[in-house]
Amino acid sequence: MGSKRKKVNYAKWGYIFILPFFISFFIFSFIPLADTIRYSFYEYYRSGIKEIGPNFIGIANYIDLLKSDMLKYAGNTFILWMIGFVPQIVIALLLASWFVDARLKIRGQQFFKVVIYLPNLIMASAFAMLFFTMFSTNGPINSILSSLGWIKEPIDFLGSVLGTRSLIGLMNFLMWFGNTTIMLMAAIMGISPDIFEASEIDGCGSVQRFFYITLPLIRPILAYTLITSIIGGLQMFDVPQILTNGQGTPDRTSTTLIMFLNNHLKSKNYGMAGALSVYLFIVSGILCFITYRITNNDDPDGSKAAAKKAKKKGGR
Amino acid sequence: MKKKLLSMALVSAMVVGALSGCGSDDAKKGGDSSGSGGSEAKVEEGKVINIYSWNDEFFKRVNAVYDQVDEVSKDGTVTKLKDGTEIHWITNPNQDGVYQDKLDAALLNQADAAADDKVDIFLAETDYVFKYTDAEADVALPLTEIGINPETDLADQYDFTKVIASDTNGVQRASTWQCCPGLLVYRRDIAKEVFGTDDPVKVGEKVKDWDTMKETAAELKTKGYLALASYADTFRLYGNSISAPWVTQGETVIKVDQKIMDWIADSKEWKDAGYFDKTVKGQWNDDWNKSMGSKSKVFAFFFPAWGIDFTLKPNWDGEDGMWAVTNPPQEYNWGGSYVLACRGTDNPQHVKDIIMAVTGDKDNLLQISKDYLDYTNTVSGMNEAAADSKTYASEFLGGQNTFEYFAPVAEKIQMAPLSAYDQGCVELIQNAFSDYFQGKVDFDKAKANFETAIKERYPDITEIQWPE
Amino acid sequence: MTAKSKGENFRRSILAHIVLIILSFMCLFFFYILFINATHSHSELQKGFSALPGGSLIKNFKSVANDGTFPMIKGILNSLIVSGCSAAICTYFSSLTAYGLFVYDFKVKKAAFTFIMAILVMPTQVTAMGFLRLITNMGMYDSLLPLIIPSIASPAVFYFMYSYLQSSLPISLVEAARIDGSGEFRTFNQIALPIMKPAIAVQAIFTFVGSWNNYFVPALVIQSKDKMTVPILVATLRGADYMNFDMGKIYMMITVAIIPIIIVYLLLSKYIIAGVTLGGVKE
Repeated sequence: MGSKRKKVNYAKWGYIFILPFFISFFIFSFIPLADTIRYSFYEYYRSGIKEIGPNFIGIANYIDLLKSDMLKYAGNTFILWMIGFVPQIVIALLLASWFVDARLKIRGQQFFKVVIYLPNLIMASAFAMLFFTMFSTNGPINSILSSLGWIKEPIDFLGSVLGTRSLIGLMNFLMWFGNTTIMLMAAIMGISPDIFEASEIDGCGSVQRFFYITLPLIRPILAYTLITSIIGGLQMFDVPQILTNGQGTPDRTSTTLIMFLNNHLKSKNYGMAGALSVYLFIVSGILCFITYRITNNDDPDGSKAAAKKAKKKGGR
Repeated sequence: MKKKLLSMALVSAMVVGALSGCGSDDAKKGGDSSGSGGSEAKVEEGKVINIYSWNDEFFKRVNAVYDQVDEVSKDGTVTKLKDGTEIHWITNPNQDGVYQDKLDAALLNQADAAADDKVDIFLAETDYVFKYTDAEADVALPLTEIGINPETDLADQYDFTKVIASDTNGVQRASTWQCCPGLLVYRRDIAKEVFGTDDPVKVGEKVKDWDTMKETAAELKTKGYLALASYADTFRLYGNSISAPWVTQGETVIKVDQKIMDWIADSKEWKDAGYFDKTVKGQWNDDWNKSMGSKSKVFAFFFPAWGIDFTLKPNWDGEDGMWAVTNPPQEYNWGGSYVLACRGTDNPQHVKDIIMAVTGDKDNLLQISKDYLDYTNTVSGMNEAAADSKTYASEFLGGQNTFEYFAPVAEKIQMAPLSAYDQGCVELIQNAFSDYFQGKVDFDKAKANFETAIKERYPDITEIQWPE
Repeated sequence: MTAKSKGENFRRSILAHIVLIILSFMCLFFFYILFINATHSHSELQKGFSALPGGSLIKNFKSVANDGTFPMIKGILNSLIVSGCSAAICTYFSSLTAYGLFVYDFKVKKAAFTFIMAILVMPTQVTAMGFLRLITNMGMYDSLLPLIIPSIASPAVFYFMYSYLQSSLPISLVEAARIDGSGEFRTFNQIALPIMKPAIAVQAIFTFVGSWNNYFVPALVIQSKDKMTVPILVATLRGADYMNFDMGKIYMMITVAIIPIIIVYLLLSKYIIAGVTLGGVKE
């Protein structure tokens, strides 16, 4: 990167380039966040239209939360996320590798790509409303199934734990698999065709090629997908909220952490909501750190370095 | 209607003797002075009246009957009055509590707000009106402070609406144009098939109290029909007749009333006996809507006037005249929008005039009953309507005059004592026990779930007491 | 070998087509139901689902469009402004930040990167209450600005851009530009940005959609009717309010709310996929 003097000169530009981001972050996220953290140590809520507090109570909010069903909701969130994410990443990888594989001669590629991304466009809340209507006991799905003669009694999808969770998983899957496919495709296409050609000459089968070349080379994007999905999963709210009308029925088995947070926000309990937010913040931080380490640093050279090298070789 | 009012105003103006001529200009002036209650020493009023609401109900009624309305802007956000004052309508959806959030924020900010931004009037539903009439919070002005004497000016209102509108000291701080006694609405064809008659009096006999109604439900079941759609439909009948408030003023303990336990026990019994439509869980969802359709096997619903016209009627896909009303097993009230004058308003005179015009003027109220099918808050007016079967016959109900049935219910309604926690208690106890009725959780788990949910909603609640 | 692999490819191709058709069916099915239901009147919907369109399309549309309390056109316009501006400034500033951290070496570089990665995980709901208080104090309550400006700092978009730069922008290119005497901003705008076009297109769509569908923050911030965005209007309609109890109207409203975004998407999707296919990595 040139001599030392030059580096110092250019450093100034680094600061300038990242300045807008940090100013905006500081004002619109950091100040509110600091507020949130501060109030997590206070008893501060609204009763009717009277404000109670803020009275400093130390970590009482944190202890109360541990005594509550918070961990159960964390479990719910995790299960709901897994039900949606596992099929999502598998299908997306499959589709992405099919789309870029010229030998499969997939017809109507453009059409399929446009279609699979479509569900991501609809408002999560509107989508959940639609599902709620469709899967209700007298809804279209039940009437179609019974007219086909597949079922005798209408299925009470939303009355059972399995049904509700599956529907939430299905919705998350449908909303996000197209998105992930397009992202992974962009990454796979970023791999130089030379590498694939070389692998073919070496007698690499499509499965081997997928596991030994494609997967390692798209690792940064995979990490990105995983991380954004974890964050999305932790923040899961609209879909279960509207599908179960905010109750997480049956028996609160589909209540997610953010729905729990929303309950506190709704009751204007800033103290408790603040403490819960801090827990969420810490947990998601740890999760992302782990993911980041696994996907980036398990081999000393680093996949990024490998990718970069490969690219430079391929490019030249 | 408007013309009539205007001419009345004109007459009163002439009596006062303020005018000598009778030109059109003068007529307008006459309207003005009567509109402001004939107050001579006019205080300087603000130029903007801000009204908070969650839908266009009040908006429509004010524009229809308030005689000072000059014109309404096309987008429906501003109403111009004849003296140049503007009413600004601030509407926020009830969805997710947005309306109360925004209103609360505005109320907390009321003292610092500029005169034209201050809230002047806001609306509240029966379920949470107590939160705003609370004497300690003091956000709603006692009606006497804006020059309305509830004893004389609102003497024709139903007593229970005045109870709902008052704080714990009995000071009335709100007023409503609407009164929502409920009836039992039933399918005539099912009645004929099962009981051999669809006569409202005879059917009324069969549902006169809960025990009789349970026998009737069993009878309906043998013919393959369901008495009611779901346990949520009966809740208000029980919930309205609790003997003590959910939370006593000044305490932080929820006391679940015996009536609520009765509802739980009866609902479970009815549900297990197959008297409810098992596909329906709660209200305001698609399954519930469908249970009002022609293919449904559900015999009856509990509805007030608005429910028949805006919920049942749109959901019915058969011909008119297939439904009829009769007395419910227990008198109840469902709904009602209350109008409150906000502490700090800069337009007290206009606020008074609007509240009086929409909630305290018998002619206006009858007009609203005719145009919007509300059961309005005028005892004498409603008794007239009950006697006037010609004007008020409902085609949808096969020519029945619903007012005839509503009026006696309205007279008998004993409003349950209110607390500021009602909205959450009513909503959450139904949610928690819904799982129990469907057999997803046992009784104790449902109780525990209610306790968890209510403490989430109201952080100041320390204890929940169940009757033994 | 080649014959075998040809046969294998054929089988895989069949499988791929079948899977794609099933998935596409699942995706389109829900839209189909939505559109069909939007053409039925409330009482028709009461009778149960029918697969054929009904005759109430115009009627439903009129009842949505003519609802005085419901400025649909204005709402769509507001949503377009907010989403368009958000997408533009979000992708530009995220690219700028990513470029700044990728190309330059400076003391706090590592710390800055770690910091952004840490805030990546911050749930937006967490800061909502503080956010509202803040913008009220700044006098931006009930304006569209607080819905747009904060998108300058979008850690997720930044991370995508950064990853993309890692795999697509050779530092040598920047160095070459410097030797040619290009200024730093010019290098960014004229060399880095074109290379990042595919990533920008993808993220612009994501940001646009996210902003279009965002209900939580706008519902807190927006007060007056003429500034409401589409999701707030949908919520107004959806509120369990007996005055608005018309399912046909609700389906129509959802349809109206998603059609503009589908149009924008169909226009942009070609550009995105073409951009991805061309590949920004070539010199």
